Amino acid sequence: MRTIFPDPSSEHPALPVVDAIVVGASAGGVEALLKIYRTLPRGFRLPILTVLHVPDQRRSHLAEVFAQTLKIPVKEADDKETIVPGTLYFAGPSYHLSVENDFSLSLSQEERVFHSRPSIDVLFESAADAYGERLAGVLLTGANNDGARGIARISEYGGLTVVQDPAQALARTMPDAALALHTPDFLLPLPDIGLLLVELERIAC
Amino acid sequence: MHPERDADIELRLLIEAIYLKYSYDFRDYSGASVKRRVIHALRQFELKTISALQERVLHDPSAFMQLLQFLTIPVSEMFRDPTHFLAIREEVVPLLKTYPSLKVWIAGCSTGEEVYSMAILLREEGLLERTIIYATDINPHSLEKAKQGIFSMENIRGYNENYLKAGGKRLFSEYYTAAYDYAIFDKTLRENVTFADHSLATDSVFSETQLISCRNVLIYFNKKLQDRAFGLFHESLCHRGFLVLGSKETLDFSGYKNQFEPLVKQERIYRKS
Repeated sequence: MRTIFPDPSSEHPALPVVDAIVVGASAGGVEALLKIYRTLPRGFRLPILTVLHVPDQRRSHLAEVFAQTLKIPVKEADDKETIVPGTLYFAGPSYHLSVENDFSLSLSQEERVFHSRPSIDVLFESAADAYGERLAGVLLTGANNDGARGIARISEYGGLTVVQDPAQALARTMPDAALALHTPDFLLPLPDIGLLLVELERIAC
Repeated sequence: MHPERDADIELRLLIEAIYLKYSYDFRDYSGASVKRRVIHALRQFELKTISALQERVLHDPSAFMQLLQFLTIPVSEMFRDPTHFLAIREEVVPLLKTYPSLKVWIAGCSTGEEVYSMAILLREEGLLERTIIYATDINPHSLEKAKQGIFSMENIRGYNENYLKAGGKRLFSEYYTAAYDYAIFDKTLRENVTFADHSLATDSVFSETQLISCRNVLIYFNKKLQDRAFGLFHESLCHRGFLVLGSKETLDFSGYKNQFEPLVKQERIYRKS
């Protein structure tokens, strides 16, 4: 487990090549996600799928809010749409978001996971199924246990895992739960996570 | 290669076995969700592999019926997405009133919440008496529940809020009798309802209809099966008939896109072109 990125003592960060990034966050997530995604430059070419726990409501304005401040295209995920590289997708309220094996997205209303729908575990586990080792998973601040199983699954299938340093998270329950189940490749503060995503994209594209 | 490939093979074999043996066709359902539900079922069956589940299901029809309860998703509520029902009331009902008699198809009615919601709306608009509602589903247990029209009291408060937001004209409590923890719905609401086993994956059209409601069913289908369902709906609907979908379902990615026009796009209300 590495706790700094980029590591000044190592010239080669030895990151794997990935085709997609999945990110999960709950309490404190909006600020954390903004901090990371603002690092991403125009023309960033990896797709990013995000579950941020949101209250049950008909419509969410997350995608619009993020679109106004980021340099990459942002949208709420639609059922059956094909994942477009360079797009940041948010899971909408009340539906789980999954990645299908043909790299399309699907929505479902199965039971909640840790009281949450959308659930981070559902996104991470399905994305691990679809992408295998060519996936990076990032788990951030949150006040429940969703995402721990998912990030462990990503690692089990050979993907890269990143957990926000709980000491610096607004709510540490979620990263702590992930650490209890799995030792991630990286345990990082938010600015380092942003830099890591930029580097992942540079290597992949 | 990652370890789940074995499970993917087993899953395909299980789905194929179910089709061959029981004629339930899950082959064109969205894979990620089916896989989660099968793995969830494995834990309940206390089995280690999908292959073991396949053996059980193939030789024991009651085990299949148990598995079917996992494969279908009975997540529903009355007047779910109230603005959708309000839009039906305001935009569709005035046009429905021009027909001397109506046939409405609730496809994938699950445990009946959508059926009773529609029946209440039609009654308040003076249409129920001249309407036949076909309520169909693939799960006989769900259909049985739908026929009974008994829902848990703990959900009623939420349904009541939905009903009011959906433009309800009376007191929601007029439609049910409370008995302990249950709300028993007025059986006259289902006098003109025919509950029937029907699969959008394998069956064909059974009647001409003026309105079809199929909500939160198509998200579980892949594009090919979605198109099959849209084909059935197109065939069943009369000229200028109405198709209403769930809040995340759309004709936009379908081959039938141009054969329907959105009437209230935001509320997923379409009309046959």
